[in-house]
Amino acid sequence: MIQIKNVMKQYDNGVIAIKDLSLSVNPGEFVYVIGSSGAGKSTFIKMLYHELTPTSGTISVGKYDFATMANKDIPLFRRELGIVFQDFKLLPRLTVFENVAYAMEVIEKDEAEIKPRVLHVLKLVGLEQKLRRFPNELSGGEQQRVAIARAIVNAPDVVIADEPTGNLDPDTSEDIMDILERVNADGTTVIMATHNRELVNSRPHRLLEIAGGRLVRDEEGGAYGNEV
Amino acid sequence: MKSNVIKRHIKDSLKSLRRNGWMSVAAVSAVTVTLLLVGIFMALLLNINHISTQVENDVRVRVYIDKNTTKAQQASLKKELKALPSVDKITYRSSNQELDSIVGTYGSQWKMFSGDQNPLNNVFLVDTTSPKATVNVAKKAAKLKYVAEASYGGNTAKKLFQTVDAIQRGGLAFTILLLFVAVFLISNTIRITILSRKDEIRVMRLVGATNAYIRWPFLLEGAWTGLLGALLPILAVDIAYGLVYRSANLSTAANGFALYASMPFLLWLDLAIALIGVIIGALGAVVSMRRFLRI
Repeated sequence: MIQIKNVMKQYDNGVIAIKDLSLSVNPGEFVYVIGSSGAGKSTFIKMLYHELTPTSGTISVGKYDFATMANKDIPLFRRELGIVFQDFKLLPRLTVFENVAYAMEVIEKDEAEIKPRVLHVLKLVGLEQKLRRFPNELSGGEQQRVAIARAIVNAPDVVIADEPTGNLDPDTSEDIMDILERVNADGTTVIMATHNRELVNSRPHRLLEIAGGRLVRDEEGGAYGNEV
Repeated sequence: MKSNVIKRHIKDSLKSLRRNGWMSVAAVSAVTVTLLLVGIFMALLLNINHISTQVENDVRVRVYIDKNTTKAQQASLKKELKALPSVDKITYRSSNQELDSIVGTYGSQWKMFSGDQNPLNNVFLVDTTSPKATVNVAKKAAKLKYVAEASYGGNTAKKLFQTVDAIQRGGLAFTILLLFVAVFLISNTIRITILSRKDEIRVMRLVGATNAYIRWPFLLEGAWTGLLGALLPILAVDIAYGLVYRSANLSTAANGFALYASMPFLLWLDLAIALIGVIIGALGAVVSMRRFLRI
């Protein structure tokens, strides 16, 4: 699903955020990415959805090889992904329903197809009662659930979640994890960057640890507490 | 593009205009003020141009015919005048008609010169195809037989031509300047509304919207802003022009000059104001968002 080979990322100011990183992720895997602030976790995640490009090395996600991907194909590539952010990044002027529908509208789906699908995913994340609310009328956990609904509405192959529980209390974080695991159980690959020790330890999955820009640990069912 | 996508873009742009609330009101107001200025100055400049052209066209050559010229000789003179280059129309006025117009303008005491006392000549009024040809036509006419004198207003006319030229050139420069100001003001206002939404554009990109898809609703929203901003100026200019036309034409008509009649002048002016609003609004939006669309 995801192939990363000898990737290095150096910013314009000379800072090297990722050094010689190689790994691969199989379809249907659930992968945690952990590491302290400034370890290169965010850079790594951003490279996965082509917000940043590697300085050297190759990344391919699905059928898209970043080295040969034309600029006009970037939007098409992103449609194969679902991206969830720590700060939700909902469109503030759109309602819950419209925020989720937007991801289907941009790929020019018909109205007849959009409505039932959006209602379905909103039900999946438990927000079918709040269709007409605007993001600022929702709690943090609810906003994140809208963001997840938006991420999965087009049935992507991969969901990339960048600290999805970073702004949420423990109970709400558990809810969000439930949803992400359910998405994963349906066959979607999930890559999740997190700081949340409890979640990682109580719900073991493959764990990638990045420190100083290098991949220092790649362990199935790994847990916090035995960091390298 | 599919028709339902176009419909969706139009719907989205209107929705966004509504939900942006005060930001939209601010943008529309800025456009309103700018277009009001543009409308007023356009009406003013176009009419100044119009009247100066009329003044210029009023200049014609007066060919005074020698006294004691027979009808046949006058007819041959008329033919010769007609043959001169740039001559358009020739009107004959007898000495009596000339005196009548003096009496009409300066009063009945001039009647004492009527009949055999009339000192005036018979005159050919020569209209030229272009105002500036009058100088040459007058010079050539003066050399013809049976011509006592040919005048075109001399230095007065020359000065008039220069003044009209200056007014028209100045008006054009001012119009261009005004359009630049309009472009600057309107696109800047729209730019601010878009700057406040750069996160929104980023999210659109991240869910896989193509640049074209993101651009359309913004472009349409800019166009709506321009169109809404044009409504009040159109209304104001129409009403004000109607009032000015009525009172100004009473005084100017006496001199033989007229402003543009309300119809179709206002129709074109309204269309111009609306078009300027829509085009600058749409372009302003597209240009402002360009830098947020780089991947």
